[in-house]
Amino acid sequence: MRRVDQNPLARLLVQRILLGLLSLLLVSIVVFAATQLLPGDAARAVVGRGAAQDRLDALRHQLHLDLPVVTQYWLWLRDFLTGDAGTSLVNGKPVIESVGARISNSFTLLILVVATGIPLAITLGIVAAVRRDRRVDTSLSVIALALAAIPEFVIGIGLIVLFATVVLHWLPPVSMVRPGASVFARPLMLILPVLTLIIAVFPYTFRMIRASMIDVLDSEYVEMATLKGLTRRRIVLLHALPNAIAPTIQAIALTCGYLAGGCVVVEYVFGFPGIGQGLVSAVIARDIPYIQCVVVLLAAFYVVVNLLADLVAILVTPKLRRAT
Amino acid sequence: MTLWPRYLRSGSAIFSTVLLTIVFLTTIIGPFFAPASSLDFIGAPFQGPNAHAWLGTDVLGRDVLSRILQGGYRILGLAAAATALGVLAGILLGMAAGYIKGAVDEIIMRLLDVVLAFPQIILALLFVSIIGPVPWLIVLIVAGFHAPQVARVARAATLRVVEEDYVRFAETIGMPRLRILVQEIFPNIMTPLIVEAGLRFTYSIALIAGLNFLGLGTQPPIPDWGLMINENRIGMATNPWPVVVPVLLIALLTIGTNLLADAIGRAAFGLDRGSRETQPASSDETATVQA
Repeated sequence: MRRVDQNPLARLLVQRILLGLLSLLLVSIVVFAATQLLPGDAARAVVGRGAAQDRLDALRHQLHLDLPVVTQYWLWLRDFLTGDAGTSLVNGKPVIESVGARISNSFTLLILVVATGIPLAITLGIVAAVRRDRRVDTSLSVIALALAAIPEFVIGIGLIVLFATVVLHWLPPVSMVRPGASVFARPLMLILPVLTLIIAVFPYTFRMIRASMIDVLDSEYVEMATLKGLTRRRIVLLHALPNAIAPTIQAIALTCGYLAGGCVVVEYVFGFPGIGQGLVSAVIARDIPYIQCVVVLLAAFYVVVNLLADLVAILVTPKLRRAT
Repeated sequence: MTLWPRYLRSGSAIFSTVLLTIVFLTTIIGPFFAPASSLDFIGAPFQGPNAHAWLGTDVLGRDVLSRILQGGYRILGLAAAATALGVLAGILLGMAAGYIKGAVDEIIMRLLDVVLAFPQIILALLFVSIIGPVPWLIVLIVAGFHAPQVARVARAATLRVVEEDYVRFAETIGMPRLRILVQEIFPNIMTPLIVEAGLRFTYSIALIAGLNFLGLGTQPPIPDWGLMINENRIGMATNPWPVVVPVLLIALLTIGTNLLADAIGRAAFGLDRGSRETQPASSDETATVQA
């Protein structure tokens, strides 16, 4: 409160954005440094153990491995930012080709989860808040608490047991699609991965909406509206609901951030040809350029959506706006 | 303690205690009751339950029941170690930040913000792919993810306590700062930290089980629930038990620890269920939700 005239809001926003950029820079440094820990170097990994020395030297030169580490980092970062993420150690093709096809599949998954899971969680969150401490609320809250604890792969395998193998045989247990082919070729196979991720993101959004709606319903202006004799339905829809917009935007951003990590395990469970499954395969094959590319992309996505969530939170929360 | 009566009155507390007792007994005394070795081949792969193997055989023809009974204590041990390490580091950082304040506070908290800005499972995959699936690495990674969140809780609690008269008094009579931290502040920030440790234990189990499931944690032929699920899911149609039982055990274990932490939290300070975080948090949301 010391220097309000200097616009603390703008300062806080700039501080957040700088912190986000710093995180991105650190992500790139960590990813680059991690590969430096590997025994041997990339050239040795490509040509194999028994290769001739001159061939090794030529490849080292080609991969800039004969330059100082800092220069290597800079060249790697520059190439990466201009869309050249190197070549896969497994199939020798540019990493970006394979990653690109997988990104669109993962993005489809993300859109479907956000488009169905968020409205569901918001609706139930509002219902729970309106019926606070009644049976609907307590059951939903306990369910959310329980679901929040279960690891994604356990949810996914549980759904496969229930709907695709042991109990019922309604849905395909794994996604039989070549990487690169459209996942819409077999829409049925999208159901279980999407359902798993909806269950995984539900508790968080549900609680956020419930908590913020309870705050609103306890507020003086809602009490005022009640005293004026407005119907409960009118109060919830016209006075309280608009306040759910900000937490909703935040929930979407944080859900996207969660999915940056959640896609890895869930795509692996269902063999879904997305970027997360690509990462697991690359980790198992130790395909370093591929791992670097996917980790940087997912981490950058995570940083950016979390930054957006923070910015929304700052813009809509008077307490935070005035803080610092 | 006034905590116990309130704790025992809550249904979810009793329910979660019963759940956890069952799972803990399975993991801890289970190994002594295993009918066969977890590594011996006792028959054809994916046989259904029979008189010799109550839950049938797994992908390589080993006894499923024995592998389940022996496949739990390792993950509990790793999760406990990771939680203890992360909570300890978080308490030290958080108390230092909250008590010393000023530049130290700012530096510690901003650094932890940066750690929080990383997606956890992805960084875990990066390090495991470079260094290999060794237990100490997994404990360190998971502990590293916990420390920032615990530090936030410890710092917030410390900031509340340092304003109290007894801390002021201790400072006035010239008690050394380290002794104030240990004797005056630490006992009074224990309750929120116990709840936080419970939540952290739940995530530790989830994260480590996930890595094991991906084949990047415990390595075959060691029995482990997460790994068993992955090894045996190709045979689910023939013998579902080596998948179904570990899935249920992991689910019950994580639900149990989460409900228990929640019940303790509510018994201790009437925490509302809605205002409690249980997912990886971004830098500001804890402040937002608790504001």
